[in-house]
Amino acid sequence: MPEALDRMTRFSPTHPPPGEMPRIKTGRIATLLHRNETLRGYLLMSPTLAIMTIGIIIPFIILLVLSFWTRQGFEFDTTLTLTNYRRVASEPIFGALLARSLWISGVATITTVALCYPMAYFVAFHVRRNKMMWLILITLPFWTSYLLRVFAWKVILGYEGVINSALISLGWIEAPLEFLLYSREAVIITLAHAWAAFAILPLYVSLEKIDKSLLEAATDLGDGPVARFFRVTLPLSMPGVIAACFLIFIPTTGDYITPALLGGPDGMMIGNFIQVQFGPVNNWPMGATLSIVLMLWICAIALVFLFVTRKAQERIA
Amino acid sequence: MKATSHLQRPNRSLQVYAAVFLVVLYLPVLLIPLFAFNDSIYVRFPLRGFTTQWFVELWNRQPAWNAFWNSIRVGLTVAVISTVLGIVAAKAITRYRMPGRTALVTFIMMPLVIPGIIFGVALLVLLSRMGVPLSLYTVTLGHLIVCLPFAVATLLPRFEGFDRSMEEASADLGENGWWTFWRVTFPMVFPGVVASLLLTFTISFDEFIMAFFLTGTDPTLPIYIWSQLRFPQQFPSILALASLVLFFSIPLIFVAIWVGRLGVSQSSEGTAES
Repeated sequence: MPEALDRMTRFSPTHPPPGEMPRIKTGRIATLLHRNETLRGYLLMSPTLAIMTIGIIIPFIILLVLSFWTRQGFEFDTTLTLTNYRRVASEPIFGALLARSLWISGVATITTVALCYPMAYFVAFHVRRNKMMWLILITLPFWTSYLLRVFAWKVILGYEGVINSALISLGWIEAPLEFLLYSREAVIITLAHAWAAFAILPLYVSLEKIDKSLLEAATDLGDGPVARFFRVTLPLSMPGVIAACFLIFIPTTGDYITPALLGGPDGMMIGNFIQVQFGPVNNWPMGATLSIVLMLWICAIALVFLFVTRKAQERIA
Repeated sequence: MKATSHLQRPNRSLQVYAAVFLVVLYLPVLLIPLFAFNDSIYVRFPLRGFTTQWFVELWNRQPAWNAFWNSIRVGLTVAVISTVLGIVAAKAITRYRMPGRTALVTFIMMPLVIPGIIFGVALLVLLSRMGVPLSLYTVTLGHLIVCLPFAVATLLPRFEGFDRSMEEASADLGENGWWTFWRVTFPMVFPGVVASLLLTFTISFDEFIMAFFLTGTDPTLPIYIWSQLRFPQQFPSILALASLVLFFSIPLIFVAIWVGRLGVSQSSEGTAES
């Protein structure tokens, strides 16, 4: 798309590219603005960029600086040290929490993508009319309150919740099943359910793009449906699978609501620990350090994942 | 899968899977209104009978009303500002030769994929270092960061999709840039604008994690709901409140996606690229 736009802009008659512009040395800002497209573009963008800078870049820099400070009673000791990072590296609780967070979101990601793939496949290949209706139906719950959807799962999985009380009134079990709520499984189920739309959309887009004649060619050349799927459809939809994995894994590692409502002590994740540092424990520098460490881990895993999938794709091709 | 099945043939097992998928997707959300009308303080089967008492109780609860109006105010402000900024950004991105355009779009889309808690604490640290007291204004700032990517993702395909020669024709016929925008560009991107307003309002109205860190003494509705979850005896009226939120937000979202339906598939591509 960007290339197409570039071409469009370059050849449009009313906006000659800057290189071919007649150089008028009036020195007036208005003329400069009128002539220089880049400048006008950035000027138009400037309010948006200003908000994003105030909201993202500056806070991140301050968060980074804060992570090198330490707490002194109710104040900060502003000498830069690696104390917090050393603590994160040496005390096992931090490593365990990080590993658990990454594990939970990893499992949730794989579950979501695996469960959503057939659905996206169905809409892309088997729905002929009202495709848009199906897509809206699938993505609609995603736009409703995340808090309420997680809360709904608490109602379902609770000790006296929907599943337990239904099973008891049916006479299938005597006492409520305790493992349903406050466990890693509860967190994984809820995350997989809540983030389904993030998997469906990229999967659908990549499946929809596949040239159907390739599938017919595979069939004509003697591939059965299974062989065709693994040799043509799946490899061609890999970009969608990769995008879906990223879109779910990265935000869920830092999730707060789901583990807080459904995790219990066993399902607590790094997001809850960060909140505790900024809340009850009141050790902001430590919270900042944990946020930075989480970001670094996410980046590292994302890079490794990209590298591995790229290598795998090269081998297939 | 049978060996004889062909591309065009309907796949029975896949149809069943799709039906089950949709049921499971909607079931949790539908349970909330079911129990909101149940005549029992406990959220469990068997159902006891129909009642509207939880809604009546909710109606008489002043803090819930305050939180509701706070959320409406923040939501409207965020929707208008982020949509205006989205229009401006989308126009700049599509109409001018800007070096670093891809990097810019990636930058704007960043909040979509970074854990919200990190943005929340980062903004909290900035505001407290600057000595800004937490209030609905700080929540609004936080929500702007969350909503801007959605506004841009909804509007960008609209600006990319329409014929530029219309704008040029308007310019040739003597309209200046300002009137060209209002009389040609704006009507053509209008569906995207409506979609963006509705989406950003709903996102802000439902947003929890930013508000959790940035709220002062005035809670937004999700923060109020969160504070009530600790008390089991409040469960039924919270279920009533949740049903109302879902009842009003689902049609809003439906209209938003329907009106800006070009934006749906495009925006997912946009995020996939970033």
